[in-house]
Amino acid sequence: MTLFGYRLPGMSSLLLWGLLWEIVGQMSLTFFVPPLSEVLGTLFEILGTSAFQKALFETAYAFLAGVFFAIVIGIPVGILMGKSRLLDEMLLPWVNVFLSAPLTALVPVLMVLFGFGMKSIIITTTLFAIWIIILNSRAGVRQINRSLVEMAHSFGASSTDAFFKIYFWAALPEILGGVRIGIIRAVKGVIIGQLLISIVGFGALFELYSANFLMGHFWAVLIVLFALAFTISEFLAYLERRVSYYAAKR
Amino acid sequence: MTMSQTKETLTAAGAAEFESAVSARNISKNYGEVEALRDMSLEFPRGQLTSLLGPSGCGKTTLLKIIAGLLEPSSGEIEVNGKRVTGPGPDRAFVFQDFALLPWATVLRNVAFGLEMRGVAASEREARAEKYIKEVGLAGFENSYPHELSGGMRQRVGLARALAVDAQVLLMDEPFSAVDEQTRRKFQEDLLQLVQNENKTFIFVTHSIEEAVYVSDQIAILLPRPSRVSEIIRPSSFRNKGVDNIRRDPEYLDIVDEIWASLRSYVE
Ligand SMILES: Nc1ncnc2c1ncn2[C@@H]1O[C@H](COP(=O)(O)OP(=O)(O)O)[C@@H](O)[C@H]1O
Ligand SMILES: [Mg+2]
Repeated sequence: MTLFGYRLPGMSSLLLWGLLWEIVGQMSLTFFVPPLSEVLGTLFEILGTSAFQKALFETAYAFLAGVFFAIVIGIPVGILMGKSRLLDEMLLPWVNVFLSAPLTALVPVLMVLFGFGMKSIIITTTLFAIWIIILNSRAGVRQINRSLVEMAHSFGASSTDAFFKIYFWAALPEILGGVRIGIIRAVKGVIIGQLLISIVGFGALFELYSANFLMGHFWAVLIVLFALAFTISEFLAYLERRVSYYAAKR
Repeated sequence: MTMSQTKETLTAAGAAEFESAVSARNISKNYGEVEALRDMSLEFPRGQLTSLLGPSGCGKTTLLKIIAGLLEPSSGEIEVNGKRVTGPGPDRAFVFQDFALLPWATVLRNVAFGLEMRGVAASEREARAEKYIKEVGLAGFENSYPHELSGGMRQRVGLARALAVDAQVLLMDEPFSAVDEQTRRKFQEDLLQLVQNENKTFIFVTHSIEEAVYVSDQIAILLPRPSRVSEIIRPSSFRNKGVDNIRRDPEYLDIVDEIWASLRSYVE
């Protein structure tokens, strides 16, 4: 964006929106929107509280565990689907169904099955992330150069060798693309899971704030979450650009 | 024609004189409806280079992959050193038309890949890979990646990888078809050196008549529909006259002409 011939740094339009928020807030139109300055003040207050830190810790734990399972299960399943016709035909319809399904609707079922706690949140997170990881790993394997597979075979590669030394690396750019989208979905999953279960992490915090009409607190936590999600996504995009730079050269 | 007579006597003499490293016996291969090979038999003399020459679609790649153990024949069998082929084995190494290099690995790791698959320890396989990288003229490029090399250099990597596993039989599927003309000529000269220095059996697929006549001890001419060996030619007189004189040798020129005469009717 340029203004009067000056190039403004990226996202400086945010300042404008922030200003608008402040004005609307100062006019006290609704208790729902306190001024931005007040929200930011609250934000720094909250950051130090043990309730916030506990919520952050629990969220990070559920998020990392959920992403871990999604990656560790998703990549091998995707690669195997790409390699085996039979497995592909058995699993692909389900993967596609779950990829587009409104998973939020599943969370109550998970709560019944796995209880109102961390376990359900981790599983929700995994369910949000895993399908795109599977699908991308599969796509990565299917575009593999056949003669690389023949080459490995001709030098006597075992199927484990072929898996770890050919398929995985050949599919890596697609796999990482899938992992990036999967992680962004996992951010949604972990928050949605907590909101629905609402006795763990930010779910509990939101419950507390909204029950007591603490709108400043509410917005402050929301800003923190948005900023975290945005940072994670940008960081992953940066990593992926580095890999696709390499992928373009192959 | 007098020439084909001399050739026939030579073929007869050749068959008696040489021991086969690889034998193809009554090989047939069908891809569904498509009959790629029908009842093909061919002997490959040890320590020599045999070319499979023919128009595209006549089953050259199919035969080579069956010998490599990468494809199963529909019927018939391959023997390598008297042992029946049931799959890929350490006695054969393949050089691919499209190089088949790992794009994420350095030249060193690519050349060592065959040894890696055979469970050779890292330090030993790297030492051996380095030796063959020098031998194919790529010293100094050990840590380059394939995308940093020209087509000709990439195929040298593919060749070094096949040499490094020290297989007795080298299978090459149009190895020089994706490199430019000058590089190709240099390759052909180097290949002659290689056949002379290494005591290996080479099976070389090409669709270039000149290339086949230039590098081969024996040329099997394959014709399509149904695929069969129509002729076996063993050039005799120009092999030892030096690389620079081959292309001017009367026998070389005669054989090139004769092969063209028999193939021209199959080219649309
Ligand atoms: N995987 C395959 N499926 C079906 N047909 C094939 C396959 N591979 C080769 N063919 C057919 O078999 C014949 C021989 O092919 P190929 O061995 O590649 O010939 P060449 O290498 O001499 O050009 C061709 O007609 C080709 O179309
Ligand atoms: Mg071919």
